[in-house]
Amino acid sequence: MRFAVISFPGSNCDNDLYYAIKDGIRENCDMVSSEDTNLNMYDVILLPGGFSFGDYLRSGAIASLSPIMKSIKEAANNGKIIIGICNGFQILTESHLLPGSLIKNNNMQFVSNWEKLSVSNNQTIFTNEYKKNEQINIPVAHGEGHYYCDQDTLASLKDNHQIVFTYNNNPNGSISDIAGIVNKEGNVLGMMPHPERAVEDILGSKDGLKLFKSILNHNVRS
Amino acid sequence: MLKKHIEPSAEEIRDQKLYVQMGLTEKEYKIIVDKLIHRLPNYTEIGLFSGMWSEHCSYKNSKSILIKFWSDGSRVLQGPGEGAGVLDIDDGQAVVFKAESHNHPSFVEPYEGAATGVGGIIRDIFSMGAKPIASLDSLRFGDLDSQKNRFLLSQVVSGIANYGNCIGIPTVGGEIGFDDTYNGNPLVNVMCVGLMNKKDMETGRSKGLGNSIIYVGAKTGRDGINGATFASSEFSEKEEAERSAVQVGDPFMEKLLVDACLEITKYHSDILVGIQDMGAAGIVSSSAEMAAKANSGVDLNLDLVPKRESGMTPYEMMLSESQERMLLCVKKGYEDEVINIFKKYKLEAKVIGKVNDDGQYRLSFQDEIVCDIPTKSLVDDVPEYSHPVIKPKRLLKKINDYYPAFDDTYQILKELLSQPTIASKNSIYRQYDSRVQANTVLSPGSDAAIVRIRHTNKSLAMTTDCNSRYIYLNPYIGGQIAVAEAARNIVASGGHPIGITDCLNFGNPDDSDSYYSMDQSVEGMSEACKKFDTPVIGGNVSLYNETDGNSIYPTPMVGMVGLIENNSNVMDQHAKKANDLVYVIGQTYDDFNGSELQKMLNKKISGDIKHFDLNEEYDNQKLVQNIIKQGLVNSVHDVSEGGLAVALMESLFKNKLGFNGGMDISKEQLFSESQSRFIVTIDPINRDKFEKITGLKATMIGYTTKDNKINMQLSNGKLTGEMINLRKAWEDSLACYMK
Amino acid sequence: MYLAKLYVSHKPSILDPQGEAIKKALHSLNHQSVESISQGKYFEINLNENNQEDAENVLKKACEELLVNQNMETYHYEIKEV
Repeated sequence: MRFAVISFPGSNCDNDLYYAIKDGIRENCDMVSSEDTNLNMYDVILLPGGFSFGDYLRSGAIASLSPIMKSIKEAANNGKIIIGICNGFQILTESHLLPGSLIKNNNMQFVSNWEKLSVSNNQTIFTNEYKKNEQINIPVAHGEGHYYCDQDTLASLKDNHQIVFTYNNNPNGSISDIAGIVNKEGNVLGMMPHPERAVEDILGSKDGLKLFKSILNHNVRS
Repeated sequence: MLKKHIEPSAEEIRDQKLYVQMGLTEKEYKIIVDKLIHRLPNYTEIGLFSGMWSEHCSYKNSKSILIKFWSDGSRVLQGPGEGAGVLDIDDGQAVVFKAESHNHPSFVEPYEGAATGVGGIIRDIFSMGAKPIASLDSLRFGDLDSQKNRFLLSQVVSGIANYGNCIGIPTVGGEIGFDDTYNGNPLVNVMCVGLMNKKDMETGRSKGLGNSIIYVGAKTGRDGINGATFASSEFSEKEEAERSAVQVGDPFMEKLLVDACLEITKYHSDILVGIQDMGAAGIVSSSAEMAAKANSGVDLNLDLVPKRESGMTPYEMMLSESQERMLLCVKKGYEDEVINIFKKYKLEAKVIGKVNDDGQYRLSFQDEIVCDIPTKSLVDDVPEYSHPVIKPKRLLKKINDYYPAFDDTYQILKELLSQPTIASKNSIYRQYDSRVQANTVLSPGSDAAIVRIRHTNKSLAMTTDCNSRYIYLNPYIGGQIAVAEAARNIVASGGHPIGITDCLNFGNPDDSDSYYSMDQSVEGMSEACKKFDTPVIGGNVSLYNETDGNSIYPTPMVGMVGLIENNSNVMDQHAKKANDLVYVIGQTYDDFNGSELQKMLNKKISGDIKHFDLNEEYDNQKLVQNIIKQGLVNSVHDVSEGGLAVALMESLFKNKLGFNGGMDISKEQLFSESQSRFIVTIDPINRDKFEKITGLKATMIGYTTKDNKINMQLSNGKLTGEMINLRKAWEDSLACYMK
Repeated sequence: MYLAKLYVSHKPSILDPQGEAIKKALHSLNHQSVESISQGKYFEINLNENNQEDAENVLKKACEELLVNQNMETYHYEIKEV
């Protein structure tokens, strides 16, 4: 499979994601500038963490206007696989590819920590390598990671099994402990925790690797 | 135009002694007029001298001391004198690091002061051609019972966090200490570590007639004009209110600058002559230093400098400390190539001048020459001051050794664990993104931080250290201990110390106590550096850390980097499981002078530093390196503030273990701060092998337990009780202050 | 009771990175006429005071002590009885 990591001005986890794909699951991967407009040759599009455009105004708001976003929206509509991690998740909600928004953490402070997550839905493109309700150890690092949506949206997220990861000890005040969700169609994932930082034992955990392996697994099966 | 006419004339500057307000002395003014330029300097020129001759830029008061630092050694590729020092770490790679203080700006505007401190040191690292891979912060604050100090702490921490997190450089460690000596003068020292291929090393040089000087990054505004002189003078509370035009950091801009500059240093080094950060004294320091180092001069056209505000005078432009700016010297004819690379990163770059061949520093502004002086006069002709080294009276007096008196050992330990200096810093460290770049092996909270070198089996260990109470009581031995403790942290983490940087934070050098402490602590540090083979490859000096006549304790912060040659040697301080044997390596004496216990029980410190022996320290460290390499230990922790009892707790807390055992020392000695000690835990199956190697150097004191209780028999008492209350005291103390 | 509407903005000489970034984004949306933009803060404060002078004094003190970072920010306000 061919992976693209989109590099926005101010992205700072783009290299980490690149290495997770290159070294972690040994697949083809390119860094693509957010100024580019063509993503036709890629099967999986990754929006990395960081502070795109300094996160000025609102996290992800200015990045969601980038030239590349048109092709990302097209790709999403065509069923291509898209993952937004941390700032990438914020960009996906700002561009309405995922419902809800990410607002300031409850205690108003940035939080960087290892968090225990539960895999609440293991029947997705992104989680088929995990067991149902598997407990995994993945770091978070964000100041605006509190997932917020209205009650109707929350109900529909639940009804459609769109909640994929939840926090065991909610670090930011997210509604229903939400750490990651997919869109209704199931091809777009957004999550605040950083699986790309948990791909080798020396970094403290390999639990994030299964997420990327799940994509390959899905590809083989389908 | 109007502004220009308001500027005082050269005669007015002379007659009204306006240079004095700018921080120059009459004698210095005379040198400039009679010996260097042979005429009266105009307002712009005298402004440049005041900035460049400030302590911050010239080290005129500390140079005679700094040369005492040992900076040789086989790994040194670049010693002091450039943006940062560079050490060879084999396999064609090099590590670059430096620490810098941002004390004064952080007192005035703690959030931006700390943030711009981080930004400044990062620029020093990538201007050497290295990718910044980690930063550490050494912070000192006054008593947290004061609201002002709590405000400073929380603002400094969020300033550091916001800048570091945004730019994507992990903040992996450092240390934070509290003492009322820092009440009017918090210390904010930031260290940055970078990694590069040896062949990509750059320096700050401008040479080659006709080569272009290129300005890139943020536009110049009236930020922190002549901040270098400001950083080099004492404070009074009244002045605090009058400061304006604080520098504001823009980490987003800096992220773009890092990426763009690294592309140029890596792939276009053939057309790049030199590159330097515009730090203190802004455009003038970078351009004059780059030219002076290459024995050349420059002609700059100030009309071409990108400006944020209108009506800026040459003086304001040259001495502005606007952040996120870099200066490059690029080969003639290749300017557009460089400018286009910056454009790709959405950065504005502009040619603002050329290298000349007459050695002059010449500025033009609105078709007039506003400055024409020898470049060297700004950089190399700065007068140097050395002061007599006189032992202060307070150190001549014989003071009785302190011996603590208490009954309830458990209670004392609990109180000690909640002292802010000792208490858990998790509520602070969790605000720092310590794992971005996905290389962090050990984040804040163990002895040293560890960052692995991707695609190798090696890592770098890094730490900052300084116990200023020891330095205050005995500057020479205290200086040795600062280096020794840093090395101990590196060794405890499985590393091999390879070099240091420093931030020398002192009071007014005209004060003989301050000057003596600086001289002697540097002697002591240098002595220890030689012993540990850790050359001093760079650093910074921050003098005049006093407010209304009250000086801080002398605080020469040591930032040390170590190499872990094999990742299987990576070690942390946390006991791993129950029934592991616990040993102490090193001797415990009655070392209570300057201890955390003395401060807690007596409210002040006194006495001399009693036991410290560099050779013993070195031997103990070698021993620990050996047992780690042989895979005999499960955890290693250095013993420091609060002594053995605190070190043991810090080792047990994380995995919620207890302890059962005893020691042939007094209950008081449990809190002695004797140096050169480690606590290690080992699996019982390694006992014979371990004891054979360690011999008499290691004493078994008991074993870890599952039951979450501490039980330790001592020669004149015991330490028994629940671990949970101790852990809570340690965990909650600082978190409560931070609320 | 008085209602104060308080506007806090950057001092003119202070760098405002947020404003710059937002301006560029608006330009990219083809709003080229946007000359400059500065992001500030807006507060609505209800003051339980008997006369306007007292209310303003409290407001000014609140600004100086907490709401405004005088190193970098300036403020103005509108106040009326409600």
